[in-house]
Amino acid sequence: MQLTNRAKQVDRKPMTFLESIYLWNIMKGMGITISHLFKKKATINYPEQTRSFSKVFRGLHVLNRDAEGRENCTACGLCAVACPAEAITMEGAERLPGEEHLYREEKYAAKYEINMLRCIFCGLCEEACPKDAIYLSQTFAPANYGRKGFIYKKEELLIPHPVNEPEAYKKALGEKVNN
Amino acid sequence: MIDWWFLLEKTILIAGIIGLSFFIAMYTTYAERKVAAWLQDRRGPNRAGPFGIFQPLADGGKLFFKEEIIPLASNRFLFVLGPALAMITALITSSVIPWAAPFTTKGGTQIPMQVADVNMGILLVFSFVSVGVYGIMIGGWASNNKFSLMAAVRGASQMVSYELPMGMSLIAVLMMTGSLQMSTIVSYQAEHGWNIWYQPLGFLIFFICALAECNRTPFDLPEAENELNFGYHQEYSSMKLGFYLFAEYINMFISSAIMATLFFGGYDIPFVKEELWGLSPFWLTVISFGVFMAKISFFLFVFLWIRWTIPRFRYDQLMNLGWKKLIPLALINMVITAAVILYFKK
Repeated sequence: MQLTNRAKQVDRKPMTFLESIYLWNIMKGMGITISHLFKKKATINYPEQTRSFSKVFRGLHVLNRDAEGRENCTACGLCAVACPAEAITMEGAERLPGEEHLYREEKYAAKYEINMLRCIFCGLCEEACPKDAIYLSQTFAPANYGRKGFIYKKEELLIPHPVNEPEAYKKALGEKVNN
Repeated sequence: MIDWWFLLEKTILIAGIIGLSFFIAMYTTYAERKVAAWLQDRRGPNRAGPFGIFQPLADGGKLFFKEEIIPLASNRFLFVLGPALAMITALITSSVIPWAAPFTTKGGTQIPMQVADVNMGILLVFSFVSVGVYGIMIGGWASNNKFSLMAAVRGASQMVSYELPMGMSLIAVLMMTGSLQMSTIVSYQAEHGWNIWYQPLGFLIFFICALAECNRTPFDLPEAENELNFGYHQEYSSMKLGFYLFAEYINMFISSAIMATLFFGGYDIPFVKEELWGLSPFWLTVISFGVFMAKISFFLFVFLWIRWTIPRFRYDQLMNLGWKKLIPLALINMVITAAVILYFKK
Protein backbone atom coordinates (compact mmCIF):
# COMPACT_ATOMS: atom_id res chain seq x y z
CA MET A 1 0.00 0.00 0.00
CA GLN A 2 1.28 3.42 -0.86
CA LEU A 3 0.82 6.06 1.83
CA THR A 4 2.51 8.95 0.08
CA ASN A 5 3.86 9.48 -3.38
CA ARG A 6 7.25 10.54 -2.07
CA ALA A 7 8.76 7.05 -2.20
CA LYS A 8 11.54 6.90 -4.76
CA GLN A 9 13.01 3.86 -6.40
CA VAL A 10 16.71 3.56 -5.61
CA ASP A 11 18.77 4.03 -8.73
CA ARG A 12 21.17 1.12 -9.04
CA LYS A 13 22.22 1.66 -12.62
CA PRO A 14 25.97 1.30 -13.14
CA MET A 15 27.66 4.66 -13.52
CA THR A 16 28.44 5.97 -16.97
CA PHE A 17 32.02 6.93 -17.75
CA LEU A 18 31.38 10.62 -17.13
CA GLU A 19 29.70 9.88 -13.81
CA SER A 20 32.50 7.58 -12.77
CA ILE A 21 35.12 10.31 -12.94
CA TYR A 22 32.92 12.14 -10.42
CA LEU A 23 33.70 15.55 -11.92
CA TRP A 24 30.25 17.02 -12.19
CA ASN A 25 29.22 15.93 -8.72
CA ILE A 26 32.44 17.25 -7.25
CA MET A 27 31.84 20.62 -8.92
CA LYS A 28 28.34 20.71 -7.47
CA GLY A 29 29.71 19.96 -4.01
CA MET A 30 32.34 22.63 -4.34
CA GLY A 31 29.66 25.11 -5.33
CA ILE A 32 27.83 24.35 -2.10
CA THR A 33 30.90 24.75 0.09
CA ILE A 34 31.99 28.00 -1.54
CA SER A 35 28.55 29.46 -0.95
CA HIS A 36 29.13 28.90 2.78
CA LEU A 37 32.24 31.05 2.61
CA PHE A 38 30.06 34.14 2.30
CA LYS A 39 27.43 33.22 4.84
CA LYS A 40 27.09 34.99 8.15
CA LYS A 41 28.88 33.10 10.91
CA ALA A 42 26.74 31.94 13.78
CA THR A 43 29.60 32.10 16.29
CA ILE A 44 29.55 34.60 19.15
CA ASN A 45 33.12 35.54 20.16
CA TYR A 46 32.46 34.69 23.78
CA PRO A 47 34.60 36.75 26.12
CA GLU A 48 34.25 39.88 23.97
CA GLN A 49 30.61 39.39 23.03
CA THR A 50 28.02 37.71 25.15
CA ARG A 51 24.77 36.11 24.28
CA SER A 52 21.74 37.92 25.70
CA PHE A 53 19.73 35.70 27.97
CA SER A 54 16.07 35.36 28.58
CA LYS A 55 14.75 37.19 31.66
CA VAL A 56 14.05 33.87 33.30
CA PHE A 57 17.53 32.47 32.67
CA ARG A 58 18.81 30.40 35.59
CA GLY A 59 22.51 31.03 36.27
CA LEU A 60 24.55 31.09 39.48
CA HIS A 61 22.78 31.67 42.77
CA VAL A 62 22.64 34.92 44.67
CA LEU A 63 21.69 35.36 48.31
CA ASN A 64 19.52 38.42 48.52
CA ARG A 65 19.49 41.38 50.89
CA ASP A 66 16.65 43.77 51.54
CA ALA A 67 16.72 47.46 50.70
CA GLU A 68 18.68 48.32 53.88
CA GLY A 69 21.26 45.68 53.18
CA ARG A 70 20.13 43.07 55.69
CA GLU A 71 20.34 39.41 54.73
CA ASN A 72 16.98 37.89 53.92
CA CYS A 73 17.90 34.29 54.65
CA THR A 74 16.62 32.79 57.91
CA ALA A 75 18.24 29.38 57.44
CA CYS A 76 14.87 27.62 57.38
CA GLY A 77 16.31 24.90 55.15
CA LEU A 78 13.43 24.75 52.69
CA CYS A 79 15.75 25.31 49.76
CA ALA A 80 18.00 22.45 50.87
CA VAL A 81 14.96 20.21 51.17
CA ALA A 82 13.66 21.25 47.78
CA CYS A 83 17.00 20.75 46.07
CA PRO A 84 16.86 17.57 43.95
CA ALA A 85 20.63 17.45 43.62
CA GLU A 86 21.29 17.98 47.35
CA ALA A 87 23.72 20.75 46.57
CA ILE A 88 22.81 23.09 49.43
CA THR A 89 24.16 22.89 53.00
CA MET A 90 23.50 25.40 55.74
CA GLU A 91 23.82 26.04 59.45
CA GLY A 92 21.56 28.44 61.28
CA ALA A 93 22.49 30.81 64.10
CA GLU A 94 20.63 33.19 66.38
CA ARG A 95 20.91 36.90 65.83
CA LEU A 96 22.59 38.63 68.80
CA PRO A 97 21.61 42.06 70.05
CA GLY A 98 23.36 44.72 68.01
CA GLU A 99 23.27 42.68 64.79
CA GLU A 100 19.90 43.96 63.64
CA HIS A 101 21.50 45.90 60.80
CA LEU A 102 23.02 42.65 59.45
CA TYR A 103 20.15 40.18 59.53
CA ARG A 104 16.52 40.88 58.92
CA GLU A 105 15.07 38.29 61.31
CA GLU A 106 16.07 36.63 64.56
CA LYS A 107 17.62 33.62 62.88
CA TYR A 108 20.18 33.72 60.09
CA ALA A 109 22.46 31.41 58.12
CA ALA A 110 25.90 31.28 59.73
CA LYS A 111 27.10 28.93 57.01
CA TYR A 112 25.54 28.61 53.57
CA GLU A 113 27.18 26.54 50.85
CA ILE A 114 26.14 25.51 47.37
CA ASN A 115 28.13 22.92 45.49
CA MET A 116 28.01 24.23 41.93
CA LEU A 117 29.19 20.89 40.56
CA ARG A 118 26.12 19.18 42.01
CA CYS A 119 23.68 21.95 41.22
CA ILE A 120 21.52 21.37 38.16
CA PHE A 121 20.23 24.96 38.03
CA CYS A 122 16.60 23.89 38.17
CA GLY A 123 15.55 26.86 40.27
CA LEU A 124 13.52 24.87 42.79
CA CYS A 125 15.40 26.56 45.68
CA GLU A 126 14.21 29.89 44.38
CA GLU A 127 10.62 28.63 44.29
CA ALA A 128 10.85 27.08 47.75
CA CYS A 129 12.23 30.16 49.50
CA PRO A 130 9.53 31.91 51.58
CA LYS A 131 11.76 34.91 52.31
CA ASP A 132 12.80 35.74 48.73
CA ALA A 133 16.35 35.17 49.93
CA ILE A 134 17.79 33.09 47.11
CA TYR A 135 17.44 33.51 43.39
CA LEU A 136 19.25 32.41 40.28
CA SER A 137 21.10 35.24 38.54
CA GLN A 138 22.16 35.71 34.94
CA THR A 139 25.84 35.09 35.60
CA PHE A 140 27.00 31.66 34.58
CA ALA A 141 30.16 29.76 33.57
CA PRO A 142 31.76 29.18 36.97
CA ALA A 143 35.44 28.39 36.41
CA ASN A 144 37.99 27.12 38.87
CA TYR A 145 41.16 25.09 39.08
CA GLY A 146 40.01 22.71 41.80
CA ARG A 147 36.87 20.97 42.98
CA LYS A 148 36.93 22.83 46.29
CA GLY A 149 36.57 26.11 44.45
CA PHE A 150 33.18 25.06 43.15
CA ILE A 151 31.71 24.88 46.63
CA TYR A 152 30.49 28.46 46.87
CA LYS A 153 30.54 29.93 50.39
CA LYS A 154 28.11 32.47 51.74
CA GLU A 155 30.53 35.33 51.02
CA GLU A 156 30.60 34.41 47.34
CA LEU A 157 26.86 34.02 47.12
CA LEU A 158 25.77 37.18 48.92
CA ILE A 159 24.68 40.09 46.77
CA PRO A 160 26.73 43.31 47.28
CA HIS A 161 25.40 45.74 49.88
CA PRO A 162 22.72 47.97 48.27
CA VAL A 163 23.61 51.04 50.35
CA ASN A 164 27.40 50.74 50.53
CA GLU A 165 27.98 49.44 46.97
CA PRO A 166 24.90 50.47 44.98
CA GLU A 167 26.50 49.97 41.57
CA ALA A 168 27.75 46.45 42.24
CA TYR A 169 24.36 45.66 43.76
CA LYS A 170 22.55 46.80 40.66
CA LYS A 171 24.86 44.82 38.43
CA ALA A 172 24.40 41.67 40.48
CA LEU A 173 20.64 42.13 40.44
CA GLY A 174 20.67 41.99 36.66
CA GLU A 175 17.47 42.13 34.67
CA LYS A 176 15.65 39.59 36.74
CA VAL A 177 11.93 39.90 36.93
CA ASN A 178 10.17 39.94 40.31
CA ASN A 179 13.08 41.21 42.32
CA MET B 1 88.53 29.88 -10.83
CA ILE B 2 85.30 29.98 -8.93
CA ASP B 3 82.85 32.66 -9.90
CA TRP B 4 82.17 34.10 -6.44
CA TRP B 5 79.37 36.36 -7.61
CA PHE B 6 77.59 33.41 -9.15
CA LEU B 7 77.98 31.44 -5.91
CA LEU B 8 76.69 34.35 -3.83
CA GLU B 9 73.76 34.94 -6.17
CA LYS B 10 72.70 31.30 -6.04
CA THR B 11 73.18 31.04 -2.27
CA ILE B 12 70.94 34.04 -1.71
CA LEU B 13 68.38 32.65 -4.12
CA ILE B 14 68.37 29.20 -2.47
CA ALA B 15 68.09 30.69 1.02
CA GLY B 16 65.30 32.95 -0.18
CA ILE B 17 63.34 30.16 -1.81
CA ILE B 18 63.68 27.80 1.16
CA GLY B 19 62.68 30.59 3.52
CA LEU B 20 59.74 31.40 1.29
CA SER B 21 58.68 27.74 1.13
CA PHE B 22 58.69 27.51 4.92
CA PHE B 23 56.86 30.78 5.29
CA ILE B 24 54.18 29.83 2.77
CA ALA B 25 53.83 26.35 4.27
CA MET B 26 53.40 27.93 7.71
CA TYR B 27 50.67 30.20 6.52
CA THR B 28 49.03 27.46 4.48
CA THR B 29 48.39 25.65 7.76
CA TYR B 30 46.77 28.84 9.00
CA ALA B 31 44.84 29.24 5.77
CA GLU B 32 43.75 25.64 5.96
CA ARG B 33 42.22 26.16 9.37
CA LYS B 34 40.64 29.45 8.37
CA VAL B 35 39.21 28.15 5.09
CA ALA B 36 37.96 25.00 6.81
CA ALA B 37 36.23 27.17 9.38
CA TRP B 38 34.69 29.49 6.82
CA LEU B 39 33.40 26.67 4.67
CA GLN B 40 31.81 25.18 7.78
CA ASP B 41 30.28 28.48 8.97
CA ARG B 42 32.81 28.87 11.75
CA ARG B 43 35.36 31.61 12.42
CA GLY B 44 38.59 29.67 12.76
CA PRO B 45 41.56 30.50 14.97
CA ASN B 46 41.37 34.16 16.01
CA ARG B 47 43.03 34.30 19.43
CA ALA B 48 46.78 34.46 18.72
CA GLY B 49 47.38 37.98 17.49
CA PRO B 50 45.02 39.97 15.24
CA PHE B 51 42.85 37.52 13.25
CA GLY B 52 44.98 34.75 14.74
CA ILE B 53 47.91 35.39 12.41
CA PHE B 54 50.40 34.10 15.00
CA GLN B 55 48.61 30.77 15.17
CA PRO B 56 51.22 28.93 13.02
CA LEU B 57 53.96 30.14 15.41
CA ALA B 58 51.98 28.83 18.35
CA ASP B 59 51.42 25.51 16.57
CA GLY B 60 55.09 25.22 15.67
CA GLY B 61 56.13 26.07 19.22
CA LYS B 62 53.80 23.43 20.55
CA LEU B 63 55.32 20.80 18.25
CA PHE B 64 58.83 21.76 19.38
CA PHE B 65 58.01 21.37 23.05
CA LYS B 66 56.24 18.04 22.71
CA GLU B 67 57.93 14.96 24.06
CA GLU B 68 59.88 13.11 21.43
CA ILE B 69 59.05 9.43 21.40
CA ILE B 70 60.87 6.83 19.35
CA PRO B 71 59.21 3.42 19.72
CA LEU B 72 61.47 0.73 21.15
CA ALA B 73 60.69 -1.73 18.37
CA SER B 74 61.40 0.77 15.63
CA ASN B 75 64.46 1.08 13.48
CA ARG B 76 65.98 4.24 14.89
CA PHE B 77 68.01 5.27 11.88
CA LEU B 78 65.21 4.84 9.37
CA PHE B 79 62.72 6.35 11.80
CA VAL B 80 64.66 9.61 11.76
CA LEU B 81 65.50 9.37 8.07
CA GLY B 82 61.82 9.17 7.02
CA PRO B 83 60.71 12.71 7.87
CA ALA B 84 64.07 14.15 6.83
CA LEU B 85 63.73 12.55 3.41
CA ALA B 86 60.15 13.77 3.04
CA MET B 87 61.28 17.31 3.81
CA ILE B 88 64.36 17.25 1.59
CA THR B 89 62.54 15.95 -1.48
CA ALA B 90 59.78 18.46 -0.94
CA LEU B 91 62.29 21.32 -0.88
CA ILE B 92 64.57 20.16 -3.69
CA THR B 93 61.86 20.36 -6.35
CA SER B 94 61.67 24.11 -5.87
CA SER B 95 65.13 24.51 -7.43
CA VAL B 96 64.04 24.33 -11.07
CA ILE B 97 61.00 26.60 -10.88
CA PRO B 98 61.45 30.06 -12.40
CA TRP B 99 60.08 32.32 -9.68
CA ALA B 100 60.10 35.62 -11.53
CA ALA B 101 61.17 37.31 -14.72
CA PRO B 102 64.98 37.43 -14.98
CA PHE B 103 66.50 40.54 -13.44
CA THR B 104 68.64 42.60 -15.82
CA THR B 105 71.43 44.56 -14.15
CA LYS B 106 72.72 47.94 -15.39
CA GLY B 107 75.68 46.13 -16.94
CA GLY B 108 73.25 44.13 -19.08
CA THR B 109 73.79 40.74 -17.46
CA GLN B 110 70.69 38.74 -16.74
CA ILE B 111 70.23 37.14 -13.35
CA PRO B 112 67.63 34.35 -13.63
CA MET B 113 65.29 34.05 -10.66
CA GLN B 114 65.74 30.32 -10.73
CA VAL B 115 68.26 28.21 -8.87
CA ALA B 116 69.05 25.83 -11.71
CA ASP B 117 67.82 26.33 -15.26
CA VAL B 118 68.62 22.78 -16.30
CA ASN B 119 67.44 21.56 -19.68
CA MET B 120 65.54 18.61 -18.18
CA GLY B 121 63.83 20.70 -15.47
CA ILE B 122 60.43 19.06 -15.37
CA LEU B 123 62.00 15.60 -15.48
CA LEU B 124 64.03 16.52 -12.40
CA VAL B 125 60.84 17.50 -10.61
CA PHE B 126 59.30 14.16 -11.47
CA SER B 127 62.27 12.17 -10.30
CA PHE B 128 62.34 13.93 -6.93
CA VAL B 129 58.60 13.60 -6.49
CA SER B 130 59.11 9.86 -6.99
CA VAL B 131 61.82 9.81 -4.35
CA GLY B 132 59.31 11.51 -2.06
CA VAL B 133 57.50 8.17 -1.81
CA TYR B 134 60.44 6.90 0.21
CA GLY B 135 59.72 9.43 2.95
CA ILE B 136 56.34 7.78 3.47
CA MET B 137 57.56 4.22 2.86
CA ILE B 138 60.51 4.46 5.24
CA GLY B 139 58.49 6.24 7.91
CA GLY B 140 55.74 3.64 7.78
CA TRP B 141 58.15 0.71 7.72
CA ALA B 142 60.46 1.96 10.46
CA SER B 143 57.60 2.59 12.90
CA ASN B 144 57.04 -1.15 13.21
CA ASN B 145 53.30 -0.70 13.37
CA LYS B 146 50.68 -2.53 11.32
CA PHE B 147 48.66 0.55 10.51
CA SER B 148 51.70 2.57 9.58
CA LEU B 149 52.93 -0.16 7.28
CA MET B 150 49.54 -0.55 5.66
CA ALA B 151 49.33 3.18 5.09
CA ALA B 152 52.83 3.25 3.67
CA VAL B 153 51.99 0.48 1.22
CA ARG B 154 48.82 2.29 0.21
CA GLY B 155 50.72 5.53 -0.19
CA ALA B 156 53.41 3.98 -2.31
CA SER B 157 51.00 2.23 -4.67
CA GLN B 158 48.86 5.35 -4.92
CA MET B 159 51.79 7.55 -5.82
CA VAL B 160 53.16 5.09 -8.35
CA SER B 161 49.77 4.74 -10.05
CA TYR B 162 49.15 8.46 -10.24
CA GLU B 163 52.58 9.34 -11.53
CA LEU B 164 51.70 7.56 -14.76
CA PRO B 165 48.72 9.67 -15.91
CA MET B 166 50.52 12.74 -14.56
CA GLY B 167 53.49 12.08 -16.79
CA MET B 168 51.30 11.29 -19.77
CA SER B 169 49.26 14.46 -19.43
CA LEU B 170 52.54 16.30 -19.27
CA ILE B 171 53.82 14.76 -22.49
CA ALA B 172 51.09 16.60 -24.39
CA VAL B 173 52.36 19.88 -22.94
CA LEU B 174 55.95 19.01 -23.75
CA MET B 175 54.99 18.18 -27.33
CA MET B 176 53.60 21.68 -27.71
CA THR B 177 56.46 23.55 -26.09
CA GLY B 178 59.13 21.23 -27.41
CA SER B 179 61.29 21.56 -24.33
CA LEU B 180 61.69 20.16 -20.83
CA GLN B 181 63.30 23.36 -19.63
CA MET B 182 61.05 25.29 -17.28
CA SER B 183 62.15 28.73 -18.44
CA THR B 184 61.48 27.78 -22.07
CA ILE B 185 58.04 26.49 -21.19
CA VAL B 186 57.23 29.81 -19.53
CA SER B 187 58.55 31.95 -22.38
CA TYR B 188 56.68 29.77 -24.89
CA GLN B 189 53.45 30.43 -23.01
CA ALA B 190 54.15 34.16 -22.82
CA GLU B 191 54.42 34.12 -26.59
CA HIS B 192 51.69 31.68 -27.67
CA GLY B 193 49.19 31.95 -24.85
CA TRP B 194 48.85 29.80 -21.78
CA ASN B 195 48.83 26.05 -22.07
CA ILE B 196 45.52 25.79 -20.20
CA TRP B 197 43.68 27.03 -23.33
CA TYR B 198 45.17 24.24 -25.43
CA GLN B 199 45.32 21.51 -22.80
CA PRO B 200 42.27 21.79 -20.52
CA LEU B 201 41.93 18.02 -20.20
CA GLY B 202 45.64 17.65 -19.66
CA PHE B 203 45.48 20.22 -16.87
CA LEU B 204 42.55 18.48 -15.24
CA ILE B 205 44.38 15.16 -15.22
CA PHE B 206 47.54 16.82 -13.98
CA PHE B 207 45.63 18.56 -11.19
CA ILE B 208 43.92 15.39 -10.02
CA CYS B 209 47.24 13.57 -10.02
CA ALA B 210 48.87 16.44 -8.15
CA LEU B 211 46.24 16.03 -5.43
CA ALA B 212 47.12 12.35 -5.24
CA GLU B 213 50.86 13.02 -5.21
CA CYS B 214 50.52 15.49 -2.34
CA ASN B 215 48.35 13.02 -0.40
CA ARG B 216 45.59 15.56 -0.20
CA THR B 217 41.92 14.77 0.18
CA PRO B 218 40.21 13.03 -1.60
CA PHE B 219 43.36 10.94 -2.00
CA ASP B 220 44.71 11.13 1.55
CA LEU B 221 44.60 7.38 2.03
CA PRO B 222 48.13 7.16 3.46
CA GLU B 223 47.01 9.43 6.29
CA ALA B 224 43.44 8.23 6.63
CA GLU B 225 42.77 9.66 10.09
CA ASN B 226 39.76 7.54 10.83
CA GLU B 227 40.60 4.20 9.22
CA LEU B 228 44.34 3.91 9.69
CA ASN B 229 44.72 6.19 12.67
CA PHE B 230 46.90 8.79 10.93
CA GLY B 231 48.65 6.19 8.85
CA TYR B 232 52.36 6.37 8.31
CA HIS B 233 53.02 9.07 10.89
CA GLN B 234 51.05 7.43 13.67
CA GLU B 235 54.13 6.67 15.79
CA TYR B 236 55.72 10.05 15.18
CA SER B 237 55.68 12.84 17.71
CA SER B 238 57.15 16.26 18.29
CA MET B 239 58.98 17.93 15.42
CA LYS B 240 59.41 14.72 13.42
CA LEU B 241 55.65 14.70 13.03
CA GLY B 242 55.90 18.40 12.32
CA PHE B 243 58.32 17.67 9.50
CA TYR B 244 55.90 15.24 7.88
CA LEU B 245 53.00 17.66 8.15
CA PHE B 246 55.16 20.53 6.97
CA ALA B 247 56.52 18.54 4.03
CA GLU B 248 52.95 17.98 2.90
CA TYR B 249 52.28 21.71 2.83
CA ILE B 250 55.56 22.43 1.07
CA ASN B 251 54.62 19.78 -1.48
CA MET B 252 51.31 21.53 -1.99
CA PHE B 253 53.08 24.84 -2.49
CA ILE B 254 55.58 23.40 -4.95
CA SER B 255 53.00 21.51 -6.95
CA SER B 256 50.88 24.66 -7.15
CA ALA B 257 53.96 26.44 -8.46
CA ILE B 258 54.54 23.70 -11.02
CA MET B 259 50.94 23.81 -12.18
CA ALA B 260 51.13 27.57 -12.50
CA THR B 261 54.37 27.24 -14.47
CA LEU B 262 53.25 24.49 -16.81
CA PHE B 263 49.68 25.51 -17.53
CA PHE B 264 49.15 29.10 -16.38
CA GLY B 265 52.14 30.84 -17.88
CA GLY B 266 54.35 30.92 -14.80
CA TYR B 267 55.28 34.51 -13.93
CA ASP B 268 53.74 35.82 -17.16
CA ILE B 269 51.23 38.64 -16.67
CA PRO B 270 48.22 37.90 -18.88
CA PHE B 271 46.78 40.25 -21.54
CA VAL B 272 49.54 42.86 -21.31
CA LYS B 273 52.92 43.54 -22.82
CA GLU B 274 54.92 44.50 -19.75
CA GLU B 275 57.90 45.66 -21.87
CA LEU B 276 55.80 48.64 -22.98
CA TRP B 277 55.33 49.94 -19.45
CA GLY B 278 58.85 51.30 -19.31
CA LEU B 279 59.39 50.07 -15.77
CA SER B 280 62.82 49.47 -14.30
CA PRO B 281 63.94 45.81 -14.47
CA PHE B 282 63.79 45.58 -10.69
CA TRP B 283 60.09 46.41 -10.60
CA LEU B 284 59.37 44.10 -13.53
CA THR B 285 60.93 41.24 -11.56
CA VAL B 286 58.98 42.14 -8.44
CA ILE B 287 55.67 42.42 -10.27
CA SER B 288 56.13 39.15 -12.13
CA PHE B 289 56.98 37.47 -8.84
CA GLY B 290 53.79 38.88 -7.34
CA VAL B 291 51.74 37.57 -10.26
CA PHE B 292 53.30 34.14 -9.88
CA MET B 293 52.51 34.15 -6.15
CA ALA B 294 48.92 35.13 -6.88
CA LYS B 295 48.54 32.15 -9.20
CA ILE B 296 50.08 29.85 -6.59
CA SER B 297 47.80 31.18 -3.87
CA PHE B 298 44.80 30.51 -6.06
CA PHE B 299 45.85 26.88 -6.50
CA LEU B 300 46.55 26.55 -2.80
CA PHE B 301 43.06 27.81 -2.11
CA VAL B 302 41.60 25.26 -4.52
CA PHE B 303 43.56 22.54 -2.71
CA LEU B 304 42.01 23.60 0.58
CA TRP B 305 38.59 24.09 -0.95
CA ILE B 306 38.63 20.54 -2.32
CA ARG B 307 39.83 19.15 0.99
CA TRP B 308 36.85 20.55 2.85
CA THR B 309 34.36 19.49 0.19
CA ILE B 310 35.05 15.93 -0.84
CA PRO B 311 35.23 12.85 1.37
CA ARG B 312 38.06 10.37 0.98
CA PHE B 313 37.96 7.84 -1.84
CA ARG B 314 37.73 4.17 -1.08
CA TYR B 315 40.89 2.30 -2.00
CA ASP B 316 39.32 0.45 -4.96
CA GLN B 317 37.77 3.69 -6.22
CA LEU B 318 41.17 5.31 -6.07
CA MET B 319 42.79 2.56 -8.10
CA ASN B 320 39.88 2.45 -10.57
CA LEU B 321 40.08 6.18 -11.11
CA GLY B 322 43.81 6.07 -11.63
CA TRP B 323 44.17 3.08 -13.91
CA LYS B 324 40.83 2.81 -15.69
CA LYS B 325 39.85 6.45 -16.07
CA LEU B 326 42.79 8.81 -15.92
CA ILE B 327 45.33 6.76 -17.87
CA PRO B 328 43.01 6.19 -20.88
CA LEU B 329 42.00 9.86 -20.81
CA ALA B 330 45.62 10.96 -20.67
CA LEU B 331 46.48 8.63 -23.55
CA ILE B 332 43.62 9.99 -25.67
CA ASN B 333 44.69 13.53 -24.85
CA MET B 334 48.23 12.71 -25.85
CA VAL B 335 47.23 11.12 -29.17
CA ILE B 336 44.88 13.97 -30.10
CA THR B 337 47.52 16.57 -29.29
CA ALA B 338 50.07 14.70 -31.37
CA ALA B 339 47.66 14.44 -34.32
CA VAL B 340 46.76 18.14 -34.18
CA ILE B 341 50.41 19.20 -33.98
CA LEU B 342 51.25 16.94 -36.89
CA TYR B 343 48.34 18.35 -38.94
CA PHE B 344 49.38 21.97 -38.42
CA LYS B 345 53.05 21.29 -39.01
CA LYS B 346 52.34 20.02 -42.55
